[in-house]
Amino acid sequence: MFAHQSIPVTMAQQILLNNIKVPGLASFDVYRKLGGYTSVEKTLKNFTPDEVTAEVKKSGLRGRGGAGFPAGMKWGFIDKSTNNPRYFVCNFDESEPGTFKDRHIGQLNPHQLIEGMILGSYALGARTSYIYIRGELFYVLRIIEKAIEEAYANGFLGENILGSGYSLDLYCQPGGGAYICGEETALIESLEGKRGNPRIKPPFPAIVGLYDCPTVVNNVETISALPWIMNNGADAYSAIGIANSKGTKLISACGHINKPGIYEIELGLPVEEFIYSDQYCGGIRNGNKLKAVVAGGSSVPILPAELILKTAKGEPRLMSYESLAEGGFETGTMLGSGGFIVMDDTTCIVKNLLTFARFYHHESCGQCSPCREGTGWMEKILQRIEDGRGTMKDIDLLVGISKHIEGNTICPLGDAAAWPVASAVRHFRQEFEDHVKLQRCPLSK
Amino acid sequence: MSLVKVTIDNIEVEVESGTTILNAARKIGGAVVPPTMCYYSKLEGSGGKCRSCLVKVAQGSTKDPRPMPKLVASCRTAVMDGMVVQNITSPEVMENRRAITEFLLLNHPLDCPVCDQAGECHLQDLSYEHGLVDTETVEERRTFAPIDIGDKIKLHMNRCILCYRCVMVADQLTDQRVHGVLGRGDHSEISTHITKAIDNDFSGNMIDVCPVGALTDKTFRFKSRVWFTKPFDAHRDCPKCSGKVVLWKKGDEILRVTGRKDKYGELEDFICNDCRFEHKENTDWTIEGPRKIERHSVISQNHYEKISKPEIQDNNS
Ligand SMILES: Cc1cc2nc3c(=O)[nH]c(=O)nc-3n(C[C@H](O)[C@H](O)[C@H](O)COP(=O)(O)O)c2cc1C
Ligand code: SF4
Ligand code: SF4
Ligand code: FES
Repeated sequence: MFAHQSIPVTMAQQILLNNIKVPGLASFDVYRKLGGYTSVEKTLKNFTPDEVTAEVKKSGLRGRGGAGFPAGMKWGFIDKSTNNPRYFVCNFDESEPGTFKDRHIGQLNPHQLIEGMILGSYALGARTSYIYIRGELFYVLRIIEKAIEEAYANGFLGENILGSGYSLDLYCQPGGGAYICGEETALIESLEGKRGNPRIKPPFPAIVGLYDCPTVVNNVETISALPWIMNNGADAYSAIGIANSKGTKLISACGHINKPGIYEIELGLPVEEFIYSDQYCGGIRNGNKLKAVVAGGSSVPILPAELILKTAKGEPRLMSYESLAEGGFETGTMLGSGGFIVMDDTTCIVKNLLTFARFYHHESCGQCSPCREGTGWMEKILQRIEDGRGTMKDIDLLVGISKHIEGNTICPLGDAAAWPVASAVRHFRQEFEDHVKLQRCPLSK
Repeated sequence: MSLVKVTIDNIEVEVESGTTILNAARKIGGAVVPPTMCYYSKLEGSGGKCRSCLVKVAQGSTKDPRPMPKLVASCRTAVMDGMVVQNITSPEVMENRRAITEFLLLNHPLDCPVCDQAGECHLQDLSYEHGLVDTETVEERRTFAPIDIGDKIKLHMNRCILCYRCVMVADQLTDQRVHGVLGRGDHSEISTHITKAIDNDFSGNMIDVCPVGALTDKTFRFKSRVWFTKPFDAHRDCPKCSGKVVLWKKGDEILRVTGRKDKYGELEDFICNDCRFEHKENTDWTIEGPRKIERHSVISQNHYEKISKPEIQDNNS
């Protein structure tokens, strides 16, 4: 049940995984002794809610759930003109294949997340907040629930927190365990007790969200960075990282590397160093050659070795929003949610893509026709090609289908299904053609 | 309400602010009206799902003339003052509409020769207008056995395109809803809650809103191809609904009763199950006259209209 505890963790910067190895960190007493909840004391006393938002804006913190939208700016969109309640919701669905960082925080350092929830809720003027957690992560739910109880018992949640006049109730709600429930509007529907179907946007949650009230949904990692920012100041945070990629980022690295695990990196770290240095991934297993990397969870474009290590311009590729995206979708990719999947030269790209396609087909909510039908169609074609029953026409058909899904769906799940397909054919077309010509997988014995 | 100007396929129209692109196009009428498979003006929250009404916004508004980055669902996007929309004038829209049509047909049996909806089917029209002659699919279609949902309605899930209109009827018109969507993705299906039958005063409207032949009227199934029937507007004094219906007759026999639809195929009034299923005698109804059916429909074939001749002026008198 606690298998994740054995995942190796390396700390370059001590923001999110600070103290993570301290025994008993999940308990209030240990967390508090290590300086926990001081940001709440400081903030409720010295900052107005708008000043907290301004501080977060200034820090340069971007959402860590995938899209990288600036957190402070998102908070700024909240409609404060109505008398309706406002809600702050933590997205603890963690559904992206290849991404397994949030559960680590929730399991080992739940109070840091709760502390962040208090700060965000205060900034937004939320009286009630929710941590929406993937149903399968029941053991983490129990840990968080216990931590919430402790926070109530110690006066950090509930009525009149620390005598500041600010009150907050926090609930942890398990979801149904569908990938789509990680999409923020589907999450809101699910939280309301309905089928987790994404809503059509606009309106955006900042205007019409949970129970039709203004709502902000942020990722676990985004929220967990807030205590450090409020304790150390926006300037200290923005001094870490580069360009428009500030602070640290959790990367869950997996696949054919010597040291899979969760790493906190400073944004701007060269990809090459991340893959090959002993401090991080420790190089490719068995001394094999690097073939490809999916840098930000299964929904981002896959890049071949030469383009993940260096951009098309020949510059070293860095672990940052800008550098990974350099070249657009022709020769670049996305930082996404930080699920770093490494493939060595024993990997069949077609088979790997088939696995991804099967996932998106299975997880499509089924509301809109391009996604409902297109994801299944792509899976079937990929299965044909992988089985050696594909034709050359199938390869172009795949690309055509992905183009007709991309941008035409209600929510970005369609894009998430389409991008890996389009990029894999772009960069590894030869491998698809070999499958067709040989009528089998060229890598199978 | 303030008025805003929007240009659709080079035609300018003035509409109330808050109007959707689709309804602005409907105000112009004709070929610039995007097709709709899931939107239904009388059902709250409908639209946005089938994506067949996608259009290109070439200019967002006078204030912000930037184009919108993606095609948008015209049924759910409000117009802005100075918006410029491309529908049939955009090759991109037409290409994507064709693709959407193919997606909708991917799991559709095209059993028009035996389908009760043929002649009234929006998917048939969409395929005719936007589909390809050839299909690129070799995939097997999903199949379900038809099931009775209640004593008056039969569900052919094979033909369902998951437009959610019937779910919205059930949600918005009937109490104690027992039917909805089960499953996810292309495994989704419309079904009743476990074995419950749909038995409600207004449930029959689900049949009328279904754009394809998935929900059929068991009192009419296989009785006649619809183009062999003659539609008449009729009404009766009904305590539950407006009582305004269309009677579909063969000879003197009433084969089917439905609600009256506008030119976009949407019901003008929802009717109750009593009117729909229980009144098949001519004496039950006051017949107003033949129903006018839109020219493009196969049903209008052979329903000739009398032409009133212009009077000839005698200039010599
Ligand atoms: C299909 C889909 C699944 C998603 N799953 C997650 C998820 O598991 N966790 C998450 O934080 N964001 C997920 N997102 C992104 C959320 O919609 C949203 O952008 C994010 O929670 C916002 O948080 P942030 O601003 O802190 O990044 C998903 C998006 C899509 C389209
Ligand atoms: S639902 Fe329409 S397109 Fe489908 S089989 Fe019936 S008539 Fe044909
Ligand atoms: S049964 Fe008909 S109305 Fe209901 S979702 Fe399917 S196609 Fe739409
Ligand atoms: S009619 Fe607009 S999306 Fe279906």
